[in-house]
Amino acid sequence: MSSAIIEETGAQATTMRLRRRRRRTPWGTVLLMVLPFVAVYAAFLIYPTVRVVMLSFTNADIAGRGHFIGTQNYVTLWKDAVFWASLWHTVYFIILTVIPNTLAGLLFALMIMRLRRLRGIVMALMFLPYILPVSVVTQIWIWVLSAAYGIVNFLFHLKINWFQDPFWAMPAVAFVTIWWTVGFNILMFIAGLQAIPAEYYEAAALDGADRGFRVFRFFTWPLLWPVTSLVLVLQLILQWQIFNQVYLLTNGGPFNSTIVVIMHMYIQAFTRYRGGYASTISIALFALILITALVQLRLLRARRG
Amino acid sequence: MRAHRFSISSLVITVLSVAFALIWIFPLYWAVNTSLTVDTKTVQIPPSWFPTPIVLDAYHYVIKNTMIVRWYFNSVVDSLAITVLVLLLTVMCAYALSQIRFRGSRFVFVAILAGFMVPGATNVVPLFMFMNKLHLVNSYWGVILPQLVSPLAVVIYKQFFDQMPLELSDAAHMDGAGEMRILFRLFLPLNWGITWALAIVLFIGSWNNFFWPFIVTNSTPMMTIPIGITQVQSWYGIAYSRQMASAVLAALPTAILYIIFQRRVAEGVAITSGIK
Repeated sequence: MSSAIIEETGAQATTMRLRRRRRRTPWGTVLLMVLPFVAVYAAFLIYPTVRVVMLSFTNADIAGRGHFIGTQNYVTLWKDAVFWASLWHTVYFIILTVIPNTLAGLLFALMIMRLRRLRGIVMALMFLPYILPVSVVTQIWIWVLSAAYGIVNFLFHLKINWFQDPFWAMPAVAFVTIWWTVGFNILMFIAGLQAIPAEYYEAAALDGADRGFRVFRFFTWPLLWPVTSLVLVLQLILQWQIFNQVYLLTNGGPFNSTIVVIMHMYIQAFTRYRGGYASTISIALFALILITALVQLRLLRARRG
Repeated sequence: MRAHRFSISSLVITVLSVAFALIWIFPLYWAVNTSLTVDTKTVQIPPSWFPTPIVLDAYHYVIKNTMIVRWYFNSVVDSLAITVLVLLLTVMCAYALSQIRFRGSRFVFVAILAGFMVPGATNVVPLFMFMNKLHLVNSYWGVILPQLVSPLAVVIYKQFFDQMPLELSDAAHMDGAGEMRILFRLFLPLNWGITWALAIVLFIGSWNNFFWPFIVTNSTPMMTIPIGITQVQSWYGIAYSRQMASAVLAALPTAILYIIFQRRVAEGVAITSGIK
């Protein structure tokens, strides 16, 4: 009897599948549903991506008028001291933010996970800066770190002009960035920590690995590695494109010491009206981001495997 | 047991983390404090830790003498339009890719995935030229259109739709419902959770977006609020209480949204970053 039922439901499933397959593609509906997004996608993502490559071989102005000049822009780029300086400043910014921000996020996440009743509120407070517009963040810090009347200089009896000092400018921008975005990393790590089953810790305790650091080193850290690598990749791709905070806090100064790649591109395009050359700078950055993302993915995968 | 054994250390950790969190957000308190203080008192030494008396002069001044109300309006228009349009475009596209078999659907999906490789900031020069050609510089559509590209929302919706049981759409089809009807009457209501989370993240993201609106607007009346407040300085020189008042006003909408929808924001951020 039971086999009869199975046969029957099996037959039903087959007819169902046949019906699914036999249904004709409703092309009208498909186009109506897919075309709006695809059109927007083609116009505002694919087209500019192709165009930026083409522009990089022209001497176009910012309205896009110009003609083909071969690889001349790339030769100029190679000899452009400001470009190399901006590249170094960007790398310096990445060094000052990516790993410190990841470690800070992990540390705060571990701390917050130890809390009970206050966990929600502490998490909310740490996350709050992340939902603010970048210009709000920079205005607040320009005031807090003001040389003459800033509360930080007052409290620590300092006289540092944080955003105008050639030594402190970039570290200060990096710190503001960490203050702004560490909440995101905390959120990611907490999600990762919550995904680790409690039994693992019990097993660890049974094995005698009761000591906090040993548990962390041999259980938490390896289990958390997928999250850590995701956090690292996301940040790296984002920080290559640093512009807003630098523009708003130091505007590239003092003495061009904080000019970053996108800022160089921005100045070439919108104050010098060199659309072609600015596109060449974009392509260089695009290539760098692509290469680092691929290298990083490969390295991270190797470590996991 | 664990709690009992570690009670002292967990007390220490609790106190430390609360103290640290309070220090961490102190700059926010300081901004509010300054914005409520008379301007002449903001630069006195030692500074006053509380706004006594509380004065709203700075807010009054900013609202009356800058275009902040207009920037608010622009930000609301842009962010709402972006949120609604992105959800509409991506939910339809994702539904078709997930539920309808058609030739080329795989190609479209792979092409959308490839979009993740393009870093947003490197496209602004051709995008600006394009907007210029369409005469959309300094317009609402100029700010909105390029922000509608959200391959991530398509991928997320598709993931959710792929998990819906096949019997569901089969049954609806047998009842004679069309694809549009199935999407908006069945699939969308069953996925309100993710739609809400996406909506809030999209809204906050476009409200806070700086780079593109900054590039495409240079006339003061068309700026969004994050761009506008950076202009405030030049309207009256540096006056910290006014500066902080405009910053607080700019931050208020997203801060309120976050306080109300904390869970949804956290969920949305987690989903859009690929952790869930």
